[in-house]
Amino acid sequence: MNNRLNIAKTYKLYIDGKFVRSESGRFEALQINEDSVVVNICRASRKDFRNAVSSSRKAVDGWWARTAYNRSQILYRIAETMDGRKEQFLEELQCCGMKTKAAEKEFETAVDRFVYYAGWADKFQQLFSTVNPVSSSHFNFSLPENQGVIAIMAPISSPLTGLVSLIAPAICAGNTVVCLTSGNASLAGITLAEALHASDVPAGVVNLLTGIESELAPHFASHLDVNGIVYGGSDSHISKQIEVDAAENLKRVKIFLNGDWSDEAIHSPYDILQHCEIKTTWHPIGT
Amino acid sequence: MVDLKDFTENYAPAPEGVEHVKLKDSYHLFINGEFQKPTSGKTMTTINPATEEKLAEVAFADEQDVNAAVKSARDAYTNIWSKLPQKERGKYIYRIARAIQERSREFAIIESLDGGKPIRESRDVDIPLAAAHFFYNAGWADKLEYAFPGRKANALGVAGQIIPWNFPLLMAAWKIAPALACGNTVVLKPAETTPLTALKLAELFQDIDLPPGVVNIVTGDGSTGSNLVSHPDVNKVAFTGSTAVGKSIKKTLAGTSKRYTLELGGKAAHIIFEDAALDQAVEGIVNGIFFNQGHVCCAGSRLYVQEGIQDELLAKLKSRMESLIIGDPLDKNTDIGAINSKNQLDKIQELTFSGKDQGGEIYQSDSCSLPEKGYWFHPTLITNVSQSHRVVQEEIFGPVLAIQSFRTVEEAIEKANNTPYGLSGGVWTDKGAKLFKITKKIRAGVMWANTFNKFDPASPFGGYKESGVGREGGLHGLYPYVELI
Repeated sequence: MNNRLNIAKTYKLYIDGKFVRSESGRFEALQINEDSVVVNICRASRKDFRNAVSSSRKAVDGWWARTAYNRSQILYRIAETMDGRKEQFLEELQCCGMKTKAAEKEFETAVDRFVYYAGWADKFQQLFSTVNPVSSSHFNFSLPENQGVIAIMAPISSPLTGLVSLIAPAICAGNTVVCLTSGNASLAGITLAEALHASDVPAGVVNLLTGIESELAPHFASHLDVNGIVYGGSDSHISKQIEVDAAENLKRVKIFLNGDWSDEAIHSPYDILQHCEIKTTWHPIGT
Repeated sequence: MVDLKDFTENYAPAPEGVEHVKLKDSYHLFINGEFQKPTSGKTMTTINPATEEKLAEVAFADEQDVNAAVKSARDAYTNIWSKLPQKERGKYIYRIARAIQERSREFAIIESLDGGKPIRESRDVDIPLAAAHFFYNAGWADKLEYAFPGRKANALGVAGQIIPWNFPLLMAAWKIAPALACGNTVVLKPAETTPLTALKLAELFQDIDLPPGVVNIVTGDGSTGSNLVSHPDVNKVAFTGSTAVGKSIKKTLAGTSKRYTLELGGKAAHIIFEDAALDQAVEGIVNGIFFNQGHVCCAGSRLYVQEGIQDELLAKLKSRMESLIIGDPLDKNTDIGAINSKNQLDKIQELTFSGKDQGGEIYQSDSCSLPEKGYWFHPTLITNVSQSHRVVQEEIFGPVLAIQSFRTVEEAIEKANNTPYGLSGGVWTDKGAKLFKITKKIRAGVMWANTFNKFDPASPFGGYKESGVGREGGLHGLYPYVELI
């Protein structure tokens, strides 16, 4: 018999490129397998969320100022780093209650999705921009720009693919994000932070929190320095209240109630477009 | 310097004739291709804001009327419009465009009578652009498969559209044209103070044989609009108006699958650099804030002048203001017409006085005396203000310009972006690299570089942040009216 004790991982929040515990000191105990092993997950507070928003706000101009080619490479790098940690992700997905095959599919789809959006990062602008034939002597063109800070509430039903399907198009469009992964999805969800941390993603571009959806939703939706909110959960009361609260500063709202995240058809460059603003510029043509 | 004041006073009146304009004493609701009396029998009066004289009685639509209009639009969608080949839908929209062009003078005169805007603007801007919007969108009707790569565009169904009083017919065109081109039917609610050109448009729809119910027009007040927004059989809401109402609409729509576009308020920064062509910039500033009495959501209402040229630019601007002609909207020489309503005049006065109370210095040209009847406001500059002043923060929606200075490019960008709004912005400089740095960094949906307040049906329009959601015009203006499969 092996006498060596396992070294259990301490799961932390990922804010501003650092792994930190919740400032609140609160935690949630997750029972992760039949042997009743318990993992303590940080229960993020409103204050943690606000810190994460500050971090994302600080990071947004720099992320947007990078070249599209560079953003594309960083997204691809996330896929590379994830793939190298396959065993760890599979283990955590299974701890969350997924069967081996399902966990493999969940992981592979998530990785492929980063590859998919990596490819779009330097192309969607061409697809969605126009030169407009106005009836006056002006050069007039419309381009997609980023929106800013996007708050994301990821689904529990799809710990990795769901999370990645919401993060990837948002950061592909040059936004920074604060994401919540909750319940049983937390283990694999927060482990994504380790892959992000090792993938040249600048601090603050993706902040990851673990916590309770119903507790944090009002704060996500009402924060005045958040430009957009995506809800990927399954509670229609929460999603409705998010829409009401988000109206206060007219956040762009996207609701995916019970989305089928494994479906290939769920992702397209139009998911990037919904995280963009279209800017139109007029310039005279003269002498 | 030439004294422009003498020049101005030498203009003889040149009023536009109104003889050939046909206005009825009263207008009913346009539902299912017919003018119908409102069920409540209630009416409202629309007046000429330049004279305070009554123009016509207009029906007030209550909930029952809105229900009838939505049902008519739904029936027309199911039975007629969605079954029509796309190219035939397009041909109807072309017909609308042509008919507006044919009657453009009548529309222009009524627009100026009902809304107070100078005939020069309604004749040269509002009406031609309204026709152009129909013409542009007509061509999309049978080409949508090329607009959205990889996806099929389906119509949404019934669109409920609420429009403001600053560009009545033009806003109707912005809303109706893309909706029809994408295969939807429409219930339109015109603004309370400017319903007449929309009702004339309804007459035009009858004349060109647009199938009954494809467009329905219900006049009324905020409660009419509210009934339309919350109607369960409306699939899409398009609203142009104040940010406060836009937010409440968004709240009403929470939990429904209704799509929406909101085109809301603005407080655009207009930035003038030392190296700008100053005389052209002055024309841009005047057009930016005094066009349509400043009743423009994208008006350049915050002027930022680089420090070194502040005195020179202000002198030029004041001199230019001396030559602005304020008065009879129907006079072809008029630059600035009447304020749209008593309510709006009160609001402009209140905010302008707040500027004074907070320490601002007010300058108004006295080149023109204002008519005794009607609602009028002098073109106004406010200097000695800071970012926190109400006149810098809040949308005035009148001919009032708040002026501040700046030193560096970074300071200009920071001040420009220091607002919850993000509809438009302007910059004047002869340096191309600086110009594109500014247009890129300002968080606003429309940027005018060395020009201002230009509009075109091919050019997308709409705001960042609290100035709205979605775009109108151009290819991007089709998105709000389709479901991509």
